[in-house]
Amino acid sequence: MQSKMKESDPILEVENLSASTDNLPILKGVSLTVYPGEIHAIMGRNGCGKSTLSKIIAGHPSYNITNGDIKFLGENINSLEPEERSQSGIFLGFQYPIEIPGVSNLEFLRVSTNARRKFLNKEELDTFDFEELVKEKLEIVKMDHAFLSRSVNQGFSGGEKKRNEILQMALLEPKIAILDETDSGLDIDALRIVASGIKKISNAQTGIILITHYQRLLDEIKPNYVHVMSDGQIIKTGESDLALELEEKGYEWTDNFIKET
Amino acid sequence: MIKENLVKDVVKEPYKYGFVTDIETEKIAKGLNEDIIRLISQKKEEPKYLLDFRLKAFKKWQKMKEPDWAGLGYKQIDYQDIIYYSAPKQKEKISSLDEVDPKLLETFDKLGIPLTEQKKLTNVAVDAVFDSVSIATTFREELAEHGVIFCSISEAVKNHSDLIEKYLGTVVPASDNYFAALNSAVFSDGSFVYIPKGVTCPMDLSSYFRINSGDSGQFERTLIIAEESSSVSYLEGCTAPMFDTNTLHAAVVELIALDDASIKYSTVQNWYAGDEEGIGGIFNFVTKRGKCLGKRSKISWSQVETGSAITWKYPSCLLLGEESVGEFYSVALTNNLQQADTGTKMIHIGPKTKSTIVSKGISAGNSKNSYRGLVKMGTKATGSRNYSQCDSMLIGDQASANTFPYIKSQQPNSEIEHEASTCRISEDQLFYLQSRGIEFEEAVSMMVSGFCRDVFNQLPMEFAAEADKLLALKLEGSVG
Repeated sequence: MQSKMKESDPILEVENLSASTDNLPILKGVSLTVYPGEIHAIMGRNGCGKSTLSKIIAGHPSYNITNGDIKFLGENINSLEPEERSQSGIFLGFQYPIEIPGVSNLEFLRVSTNARRKFLNKEELDTFDFEELVKEKLEIVKMDHAFLSRSVNQGFSGGEKKRNEILQMALLEPKIAILDETDSGLDIDALRIVASGIKKISNAQTGIILITHYQRLLDEIKPNYVHVMSDGQIIKTGESDLALELEEKGYEWTDNFIKET
Repeated sequence: MIKENLVKDVVKEPYKYGFVTDIETEKIAKGLNEDIIRLISQKKEEPKYLLDFRLKAFKKWQKMKEPDWAGLGYKQIDYQDIIYYSAPKQKEKISSLDEVDPKLLETFDKLGIPLTEQKKLTNVAVDAVFDSVSIATTFREELAEHGVIFCSISEAVKNHSDLIEKYLGTVVPASDNYFAALNSAVFSDGSFVYIPKGVTCPMDLSSYFRINSGDSGQFERTLIIAEESSSVSYLEGCTAPMFDTNTLHAAVVELIALDDASIKYSTVQNWYAGDEEGIGGIFNFVTKRGKCLGKRSKISWSQVETGSAITWKYPSCLLLGEESVGEFYSVALTNNLQQADTGTKMIHIGPKTKSTIVSKGISAGNSKNSYRGLVKMGTKATGSRNYSQCDSMLIGDQASANTFPYIKSQQPNSEIEHEASTCRISEDQLFYLQSRGIEFEEAVSMMVSGFCRDVFNQLPMEFAAEADKLLALKLEGSVG
């Protein structure tokens, strides 16, 4: 798909991936390669398989890979547990971050961060050192310290949940972040905060996949590539102007691509 | 390939306390009759009133029927096939710890309860009970300086007979229920605590109950008396070896709090639970009750129940004194084929009495976990209040959770509040934690301890950490 010669090795390679849940095929041969420093946007109608693709890359147990491979830093990760994927640097920002009553957000973030640090052979942080680190990261998403003492996502507003996701991304410093509709349910101010957070965290060594319906996030974070998904396949790939065209013409316009292919 | 993330498999973690101490024991013949009771009483050189107490209880027990209302399923107990007294053989009179059989000291060492002067725990006094007898009690002199009596109940019968005669059986009468009657007839040992007027016990007191023998039951009896304006925190732990037969444990605990006194009683129950197929394990049929006799007195029960094949236990409070307070904080975790029927009774008798119930039941495997509780407001309990919260968590799709709250009010000017909830650890919650690098089993135990937080907050500090670890251990391997 990306024919240009790249200087470095890809971070993520999804090769002809097919997957199903309860014997129902959801993905039907998806290929996607992300190189360091790249930002990819995936767009498409609800139910086209965007979220499923992100969950499968993160290792959700409800889906079976029926064909194809997922490679991370050159290694096949098809059979890795979700926690192993996370520890090695894959991050999924959830569309609907789930509430976990009774589990303190601070403790959750610390355990999670330490799991990643352990993998990187970095020293694990005790409560005090972690407090220091998290304080710094809270700045990025402009979150109040009080969020840390609450239960994970419990009683958080939609925007607070999404910011908590970006906070996790900031702490875990992943090699690749797949952000599933991180912009949905955000007002303009919150969207700016989240977008600037994502930009601060990412760099020339990291890759980002933005799953979105809207141009407004892509105005803030300009993608290198835009992919349009339909019925479990990527039916068109273009550069950032493809998103603008899509916004203008709607998904109906993309229906013609299927006929073309 | 993709792991089946259903939390339905069995605990594969071996039970850490399942060893047997090879020690010569003195056992009496199996069976239960008046002669056996006389023999037990004689061995313990008891005064006549106590033998009479036992015989009376036995007569009552013979006329009683084993209760079946809890709907627990187990093979009928043959009461004639149990040994009612089993004690490690040792010197007639032990004057110091040096004379205790090293094997016994080693056993308690292994259980994490060192008893010797050099190694004993520094912040808590321990009474160690092995089968039918108390082996040792630490810090006795230090406690005595404050007037606190902490010894085995057998010793108390000898040295503080007046207190025993005055209080024994006043909270749990011999005829209270089938298992209490049995205990009253054959009880062998247990702990006795007396906190004099105005004294705050300088350290936590603790009893550790160890069942070692496979064919004898354990019938301990604990009595705690807190005089006016005194307070004490008491901890109880228990373990047993792994046998493929069931062992009966029928204890009675009585607490008495006088004016402005407070008793905090915490239990971590980790009796052997039987194996994955439900073979073996302890039948834990226990009657625990506290009497808030005095004004503004307070009795607080907290329990973490993780062991036993069957648990049948309702630590309760009789709130007689005006403005007295009763509390019950419970976590009950069942796995495999364990059955737990536990809860409390808060009987409000005096005016302006207050009670709080927080119960958290976690059922995994094929287990059955029920909360059963009674809140009663008597005719004189004007201005009294109760708050109950009963939450259940299901792990996997084969376990069951029930809540049976009974509410009786004869006093219109009182308040009773009851909340209940049931939840299940969802695959999405687990995936969320896993996708943040947290191992599956750790994710489960994080959620379970989160669920139990309200109760753990009530436990003494070192106990809370212990309980957290214990739950994690019990659930380890309960994931596919």
